Amino acid sequence: MLRLFLHSQLQLGFAQALVAALAALAVVVLARRRGIHLEGETLVAMVRGLVQIIAVGSILVILLRAPRWTSGILLVGMIAAAGATSARRAKGMPDAFRVSALAIAAGAGSIIALMTLLGVIDTAITSLVPVGSMLIANAMNTNGLALNRFRSDVLAHVGEIETALALGAEARESVSPYVQASFEASLIPAIDSLRSLGIVWIPGLMAGMLLSGARPVYAAIYQFVVLAMIFAASGLTSLISTMLIRARVFSPAEQLLLQPGI
Amino acid sequence: MVKGEVEPASTPPNSSSVLLRAERLGRTVHDKILIQDATFELQKGEVLAITGPSGSGKTSLLRLLNRLDEPTSGTLFVEGTDYRNIEPRELRRKLGLVTQRPYLFPGTVAENLRFGPAQRGETLQPEAIEELLAQVGLKDYAGRDVANLSGGEAQRVSVARTLANSPLVLLLDEPTSALDEVAKLEVESAIHKVVRDQGLTCVMVTHDVAQALRFAGRALVLERGRVVRAGPVGEALRA
Repeated sequence: MLRLFLHSQLQLGFAQALVAALAALAVVVLARRRGIHLEGETLVAMVRGLVQIIAVGSILVILLRAPRWTSGILLVGMIAAAGATSARRAKGMPDAFRVSALAIAAGAGSIIALMTLLGVIDTAITSLVPVGSMLIANAMNTNGLALNRFRSDVLAHVGEIETALALGAEARESVSPYVQASFEASLIPAIDSLRSLGIVWIPGLMAGMLLSGARPVYAAIYQFVVLAMIFAASGLTSLISTMLIRARVFSPAEQLLLQPGI
Repeated sequence: MVKGEVEPASTPPNSSSVLLRAERLGRTVHDKILIQDATFELQKGEVLAITGPSGSGKTSLLRLLNRLDEPTSGTLFVEGTDYRNIEPRELRRKLGLVTQRPYLFPGTVAENLRFGPAQRGETLQPEAIEELLAQVGLKDYAGRDVANLSGGEAQRVSVARTLANSPLVLLLDEPTSALDEVAKLEVESAIHKVVRDQGLTCVMVTHDVAQALRFAGRALVLERGRVVRAGPVGEALRA
């Protein structure tokens, strides 16, 4: 319908963004009626996301002509930003930014490096940056989910954890059930994406490859490749972040630092 | 035994048998004083009650003794050794804590009793489990699932689980406060029997003055994190 009234592509884009944002805001209003307040966070996230993607889109032409080594700088910047974003999901957790940035760098970074080295990801900036960003973004989400779940579980089980400590358990043993639960829960989206690939959703990357002339079977296989890499990067990130945060919620004298109200 | 007839399980102080010595022990968090300058001694075989109104710092003091929290001033000596020089896991085994709520781990009663010894690579034999359970009046409970226990039974399992670590001192944090009247008497009687029969050294936090009088030989009374009275239980609590 919008196309009937708007003929310039830019105007159409802004109108489409407005309609989609209104749908998102309608959900926020519904949530507010049920006493769930997401207004501020959602509004800031939407405005930020729009501004960021427009900024990247605007400089994409320049980026595509840049030398290959610049993709490394871009990916490092993305990892730092991803670390800061997912650290916010771990409010009150000691050292959350460092843990998140390290985990994403080691998890997503190592998979990107390995896959590039093996030729699974093309070294061209037009391939490395978008595919790398997908891995980093998914690792960021997984890391945020893992830390958030770990924090909730620990806060809900302070009594059990301190009882185990009081009986002489090692600090890391006392939280091991919650480390395991956080890891498993954080990987649910990645597993479901793999499981429903091609049936519930056909990702944009595949559509893009088809439009640019790739053979459909290769486009399909490569989509699986990307999702498998996402799973590997996310899983490794979650493993590393839960391992790192586990040590940081205790003092050197094995006292639980994460307590309700702190 | 009738509650009023219970004799305090303490022994007279003996300077050569000091197990715990707190020296100006304190903890302040975000400028809030939880415990300030707590100084006291605990002799072997003695039962010390820590009492005071809600929010006076009773549980905070017990957590400092078990080093679940770090003191911000002073320290505690365990058999003459500064407890900051004792490995935390070893210290917590020596100063066994029974919490207000039992927090049993999913599984059987026997599995819960094996937990502490297993942490240092030891296996608690079935006979030892039966003996511990008999001490708290739960003979033949070893195979039961903890999910099916009453509140009083769960708390007695919790006491037996702490005793399985053979602690030097038993720290009890209001172990009967979350129970109904019948269960409270069951648990109190079981704890009293164990403490008396084994001559255990014990620190018990309680807001119940009558319980402190029944149980302890000496008492510390806390108010706003400070020890305001200390001495023989009758004198300290009736002052």
